[in-house]
Amino acid sequence: MRDLSLHILDLAQNSVRAEAKLVSLSVLLDEKGMLSIIIEDDGSGMSEELLSRVQSPFATTRTTRKVGLGIPMMAENCRLAGGNLSLESTLGKGTKLTATMDTKSIDCLPLGDLAGTVTTLVSANPEKPDFLLHCQSPRGEMQFDTREIRAALQGVSLGEPEIAAWMMESLQEEIQPIFGGVTL
Amino acid sequence: MKSLAELEAIRQKTLSRINLRKEDESEAIRVVVGMATCGIAAGARPVMLAFMDEISKRNLSHATVSQTGCIGMCRLEPMVDVYLPGKEKVTYVHMTPEKVGRVVAEHIVNGRVVEEYTIGATEDK
Repeated sequence: MRDLSLHILDLAQNSVRAEAKLVSLSVLLDEKGMLSIIIEDDGSGMSEELLSRVQSPFATTRTTRKVGLGIPMMAENCRLAGGNLSLESTLGKGTKLTATMDTKSIDCLPLGDLAGTVTTLVSANPEKPDFLLHCQSPRGEMQFDTREIRAALQGVSLGEPEIAAWMMESLQEEIQPIFGGVTL
Repeated sequence: MKSLAELEAIRQKTLSRINLRKEDESEAIRVVVGMATCGIAAGARPVMLAFMDEISKRNLSHATVSQTGCIGMCRLEPMVDVYLPGKEKVTYVHMTPEKVGRVVAEHIVNGRVVEEYTIGATEDK
C-alpha cells in the first residue's frame, strides 16, 4: 500500500464484511506527532482463536486465495514507523483495531487521500453500514457522519454519483486544514 | 460537514434521474470494481472514483458503480466487470483512471467493448 488512506480503505472492508451497522474511523494526531488510526465496528467480531492468528499473513476467511495481507501489512508499516497495531474483538459485539505510528519517522507512510477513501467506502456500500469519520490534530478537528446525510437525503441512495461528488468535495475541504494536504 | 442545504439541492437533481431509471429497470448498467487488498494495492480506488466521476459528468442515469471482493486473480487487478443489459459480462484488467474514460465512452455509452483492455486480450499474450 502506498499510503495510510489505502490501508484504512482495506481494513474497513473487514468491518463491512463483518456486517457492521456502524463503522467508525478515527485519525488522530497528537502534539508529539504520534498518529493513531482507530477502526471500530459493531460487526460479528472474532473468536479468540481467529483473533490470535489474524495477524498472520496466512490467516483469511476468504476462499478465493490462501493469504490475507491486509492486517499484516498494516502492522508491519506501523512497526517500521515506531508504532504498533493492536486488535480487540468480542464475538457478536464487534472489533476495534488501533494502529499507531510516529509521523516523525522517515518510514511513516503519508496519510494520502482520506477523502477518497471515505467516499469510496460510502458509495460502494450505500445501504449499510453507516460510517463515522473523526479527524483530529493540533490544528483542528472534524466529524463526518453518514447517518446525518442519510436522513437529509430522504431515501435517495448514498451511492448516487452526484452524492459521491458532494461527499468528496466536502471531505477534502474539511480534512485539508487538519492534516494539511496529502502528507502529515 | 458542508452545508446540508446544498445536499438538498443535489438530492432534488438526483431524484429526477432516479425516476428515469425506475421507468426502465431492464436498461440497468452495472460497473463492479474489485476492492479487496489486492485491488486496492494495485490502484482500484482511483479507478472507482474515475467511474463515478465520468458517470456523473455524462449524466448516465442507468449506470451504477459498486464493488466486489477478490476473485482470485490478484495479478490482473485492478479489475472491473461491466454488465450491459442482455449482454455477457465483460471483464477489464489492469485498469487505470486513464482507461476509464474510454471504457465509459466506447462500451457503456456506445456498446462497443474495448477489446484491448479485456481479460481475453491480456491472457492471450
